[in-house]
Amino acid sequence: MDTSLEGRTGEPFTMVVEAGKIREFARATKSQNDAYDGGPHGAPISPTTFLMSSAFWQGPESSPLAGVKLNWERILHGEQEFRFIGAPPRAGDVLTGQSRIDKVFEKAGKRGGTMTFVEQVTDFHNATGELVAELRSTMIETSKATTEG
Amino acid sequence: MSTIDLTVGAEREPFVDKPLTITDFVRYQGASGDMNPIHHDSSFAARAGYPTPFAVGMLQAGVLGTYATDWLGAENVRRFKVQFREQAWPGDVLTYSGRIAAVRDEGGERLVDVELACTRQTGGTHLLGWATFVAPN
Repeated sequence: MDTSLEGRTGEPFTMVVEAGKIREFARATKSQNDAYDGGPHGAPISPTTFLMSSAFWQGPESSPLAGVKLNWERILHGEQEFRFIGAPPRAGDVLTGQSRIDKVFEKAGKRGGTMTFVEQVTDFHNATGELVAELRSTMIETSKATTEG
Repeated sequence: MSTIDLTVGAEREPFVDKPLTITDFVRYQGASGDMNPIHHDSSFAARAGYPTPFAVGMLQAGVLGTYATDWLGAENVRRFKVQFREQAWPGDVLTYSGRIAAVRDEGGERLVDVELACTRQTGGTHLLGWATFVAPN
């Protein structure tokens, strides 16, 4: 991967935030929080990392790396960040997501070789067009196979 | 809700999880849609050179996120970041911990920054995390 990937975008996708999916995700991540169950307090709110499940709403064309040949055995997930403008989305929200390659840069590895950092950002807007969440994934491509990840 | 101590340095009681199982990984993979077989298919993992399937980092990230929101409120989280360090494996006993790092005013809101970690029974760090919350009332 190299800096020529910067600025590539995927196609926008629609995601419906669903109560049952929130409950399933909260159980899978061992939450004790009633807010994820809804009930008298209103529609369930989504857990902090819930937007990872937007994978179910994306097709191959949603990825800004569609068509790019990658050495997956050399790619690590280095960091993942979630930013919310206001409270996280709730069940019933209909979001439009779009991903882009924000930055590509190289660093020398501690044990030799070069590491290429790729930061992919996915923005989520609500039905009225307001930005509600931003995910930033940092992927690291090593110049040799790795046993970490 | 009881009052939450927002003093800088205040810690939440750590959460020591039960030993990780491949069932945990499968349950999270089904919920998230990431079905990479490296996390549940023993023969696939062996062919890739690993002794067993290894943990899905985003599962523990999700547990760390909910550990933080169980503390400071699901509605209040504004930022959550994790950095993946050493891998976690089936049988690992992971401890999730958090401390108040800063309290500050910005844009008319009182914000609370917390530092989070997920550590293995070996003492090794699986995840480091940072989160910002609107201060709970």
